[in-house]
Amino acid sequence: MTAQTGPDPATRDDAGDRAVPGGAAAPVLSAEGLEVRFKGRGDRGVARAVDGVHLDVRAGEIIALVGESGCGKTTLARTLLGLERPTDGRVTFEGRPLSYTGKALKAYRRRAQLVLQDPSGSLNPRHVVYDAVAEGLRIHYGVTADEKAKVADALARAGLRPPERFFLRYPHELSGGQRQRVVIAGALVLDPEVIVADEPVASLDASVRGEILALLLRLRDDLGLSALVVTHDLGLAWNIADRVAVMYLGRVVESGTVEEVLTAPRHPYTQALLSVLPEGGVAERVVLTGEPPDPTRVPGGCRFHARCQILASGEADRAGIADRCRGEDPGVLPAGSDSHLAACHYAALGEPAGT
Amino acid sequence: MSTGGNDAAQRTNFLAVEDLSVTYRTGSGDVPAVRGVDLAVAPGTKLGVAGESGCGKSTIALALLRLLPSTARMSGRILLDGEDVLTMKWGRLRAVRWAGASIVFQGAMHSLNAVRRIGDQIAEPILLHEQRTPAEVRTRVSALLEQVGLPQQRAAAYPHELSGGQRQRVMIAMALACNPRLIIADEPTTALDVMIQAQILRLISGLVSDHGISMLMISHDLSVLADTCDRLAVMYAGRVVEEGAAHEVFSTPRHPYSEALSAAFPRIGDPASRRRPRGLPGDPPDPAALPAGCSFRPRCPAAQDRCAETDPALWRAGAERRAACVHVLSDEQAVELGVPPAPAAPSAAPPDRPANGADPAQPEEIR
Amino acid sequence: MSAGPVERPPGEAGGGSAAPASPRALAWRRRRHSLGRFWAGYRGNRAGLAGLAGLAVFVLIALCAPLLIGPADLSLTDAPGGPHEPPSAAYPLGTDNYGRSILDLVIWGSRVSLTVGFLATLMCVGLGTLVGIVAGHYGGFGSTVLMRITDWVLVLPALVLAVAFAAVMGQGTVTIILAIGLTAWPTTARLVRAQTLAVEARPYIDRAKALGGGHGHVMTRHVLPNVMPIVLAQTTLTVAESIIMESTMAFLGLGDPNTLSWGGTLQEARNAGAVSSGLWWHLLPPGLAIVLVALAFTLCGRAIEGVLNPRLRERR
Repeated sequence: MTAQTGPDPATRDDAGDRAVPGGAAAPVLSAEGLEVRFKGRGDRGVARAVDGVHLDVRAGEIIALVGESGCGKTTLARTLLGLERPTDGRVTFEGRPLSYTGKALKAYRRRAQLVLQDPSGSLNPRHVVYDAVAEGLRIHYGVTADEKAKVADALARAGLRPPERFFLRYPHELSGGQRQRVVIAGALVLDPEVIVADEPVASLDASVRGEILALLLRLRDDLGLSALVVTHDLGLAWNIADRVAVMYLGRVVESGTVEEVLTAPRHPYTQALLSVLPEGGVAERVVLTGEPPDPTRVPGGCRFHARCQILASGEADRAGIADRCRGEDPGVLPAGSDSHLAACHYAALGEPAGT
Repeated sequence: MSTGGNDAAQRTNFLAVEDLSVTYRTGSGDVPAVRGVDLAVAPGTKLGVAGESGCGKSTIALALLRLLPSTARMSGRILLDGEDVLTMKWGRLRAVRWAGASIVFQGAMHSLNAVRRIGDQIAEPILLHEQRTPAEVRTRVSALLEQVGLPQQRAAAYPHELSGGQRQRVMIAMALACNPRLIIADEPTTALDVMIQAQILRLISGLVSDHGISMLMISHDLSVLADTCDRLAVMYAGRVVEEGAAHEVFSTPRHPYSEALSAAFPRIGDPASRRRPRGLPGDPPDPAALPAGCSFRPRCPAAQDRCAETDPALWRAGAERRAACVHVLSDEQAVELGVPPAPAAPSAAPPDRPANGADPAQPEEIR
Repeated sequence: MSAGPVERPPGEAGGGSAAPASPRALAWRRRRHSLGRFWAGYRGNRAGLAGLAGLAVFVLIALCAPLLIGPADLSLTDAPGGPHEPPSAAYPLGTDNYGRSILDLVIWGSRVSLTVGFLATLMCVGLGTLVGIVAGHYGGFGSTVLMRITDWVLVLPALVLAVAFAAVMGQGTVTIILAIGLTAWPTTARLVRAQTLAVEARPYIDRAKALGGGHGHVMTRHVLPNVMPIVLAQTTLTVAESIIMESTMAFLGLGDPNTLSWGGTLQEARNAGAVSSGLWWHLLPPGLAIVLVALAFTLCGRAIEGVLNPRLRERR
């Protein structure tokens, strides 16, 4: 009940005006010390999928959450939407903690929308485009007189024009890019404040990818939408995001503006991710060996130390911090800061690490 | 790979696809999937084939080993080490499928048998095609697993116990099992994370150069291909629309479609792509109803009136480069080929085109 | 981003025609459209068409029975013919031990057999679908209990259970319907639950939840339409089973002695010694009628399954 009182446009303007110390806009959606744990099957221990995350999505901002699969980024996104319950910490929306009663969640879900990776899977094959887009409206308002106008408007805003031509199409009659546009239209129809997109272009062709990203960017510019985009694709972050948070094994290990993090990365993990991009222009590639470690067995000390190239090359040893890397947790990065942060002992020494 | 001795290499290509066409017969008429494609892979080199889904690139991969369904009709020639795959006898084809060339498919989860240990699956082709004792086969399997960077104890694992990257490694081990001379990799890293993708690409490149294997790699990601391959062919609507040295096609594309593909994956740090994602409006054409003239025209940002009348062929677009676009022609060439000349208005000039791109006769692009 | 995507030639959905007035009209157009597609698929199945034709004939006969046969024709006391007359021009299928025309008996019996078949099926499919969707959607302890009950009913011999029902509730058509309905639902429940679990794992369920849809919304708008094909196919198969079951129970003497049904006719034939005295015309027609109706329903069921099975459909 707590999450829902004011009318939408008012709150949006309000959020734009309010300022937090540091000059940035107030967060619309935040994670505060969020932890999500899953009980493993059989003899497997507890998986710490999200292990203490502070993250702010500010009004009118696109933030990219970057990491490898299994790092907990999807779980974090789902928790922010109330699809998972945090084990510890809390999600706040416009400053108020999210309430998990049915009614409050429903009200919240009118204002925060999800766009999933696989547009073919996220549309019911038995619903035509019209029904898929109108679904949110019907859930929240029932069948209304202006339903058709709203659906047409949402489809048009998502770039499906003329919208009437798509009303009676089934998902399998559309191309991948068109399906993703339908999913986005289904989110837009409720006039949300925040969109959480989980790998929105990962299953689309290269030529369509840019179109969908341009759409997200334009929605931000035209409608003032905030967006959290979960992705493993750093190029996507460069294309559309304002800020980026790099996640490794349940924690945000580096955060800052896109320009700072992607052009002058401070955490060795971010540096490695950037160096392996094909045609990235980086002279020396750091291909980390092995798979990301298991969230049921988070290593002690810095959670990245077992794969860290700085530690492996002896650089950390020379700097006299190798023991701290192995034994001391660099801690959780705070949210709401405008500076470029990295949870790394080596980066904390004040030197521009590596590159 | 823009080295000299091109003519000599042409003659000794390990794989040469000549004027390959594949047409699927369906209930509602014939659907041309591949329309006259020429490709060549010299021994020990890597060719990348790029394009979006439905452009015919996977059809080519399957056609190379005659793995297409019976509704597909093929014409042209596929010369594998001088032998035409399309006219080969069944028994010879079987031998070629294992020892001559093997395929690494995308989606390793579906290509592996879920209820058999991976060691047995790797051993299967060896047992089928080579007279070996079980002990020898076991040694070979261990060696293969080691080559692809998996501990040999993993031979006892089932596919679901492995991660996506590990499964892709198993697929590569299976492809290597009978020492093929050509590997066809169909989207080998799609759906993998950047780090795992880098691991797999590094593994494939290393194996290919260590063993002197030729490779044909198929992907929709031009940056991956440019990074891994020597030469690159970009396909659109069943045809090759641009071909050339991989880095050149990626960095200075001549065909507007290649340019769009190249721009789709931004270079981080490049201010031109910051907050400016680029894509192509529209969808690839229905292969059963291709537009007249250039089939890319409806989506082309640089289309001109003459594009509706001319079906461009792969014209020379620089040293060892070819592109199927009227923009690569000079006015004199256009006249010679019977192509209508470019409109005089400068506004019709294609945007973002490299300045030196106007005259294909100038070999200034090569180093 | 300029124009909307370039389109393939407008599909059968009717591309650029003038926009219909309201969502309701849209919904109707869509339903007609999908019905048309279903029929187009069904038409391609020859066995299914044969089954449908057979079914239509039987239903027509059952509906028209009162027009063809008067009450006097079926009277035990003043039946028109002599006992056990072989087939002749007057009695194309002969007469029974009371002198009634076998043809009349078979025609009249179709009414009870089809009614019981449909009502029992409606009951057991409804129950099975409800249990299956609820168990599949909610999961957890309640679902486990529900499925254990389902398993328990599934392994009980249905006939014995039905006999027990009839013993408790007394003989009659309603008893037979209840007995069949309450014993035959577990098969449907298990099928529906399996399909529900598969549907619930799809991303569009997540999307519906994220849009704010509750349990009811997910179950009725997403799960139900996706389990309907299975339910529909299962329904037609269950009708066949129910008709056989009804005949069996009537044959065992558990039916209402005052209503005529195919099973009841068979029982009378047995009692009259038709088996030992070679009175084939008394046994064969009702038996064949049962077989034909069951076959017709099964053919229809298989055809519907073939058209609606998403796995076959996706191949297009």
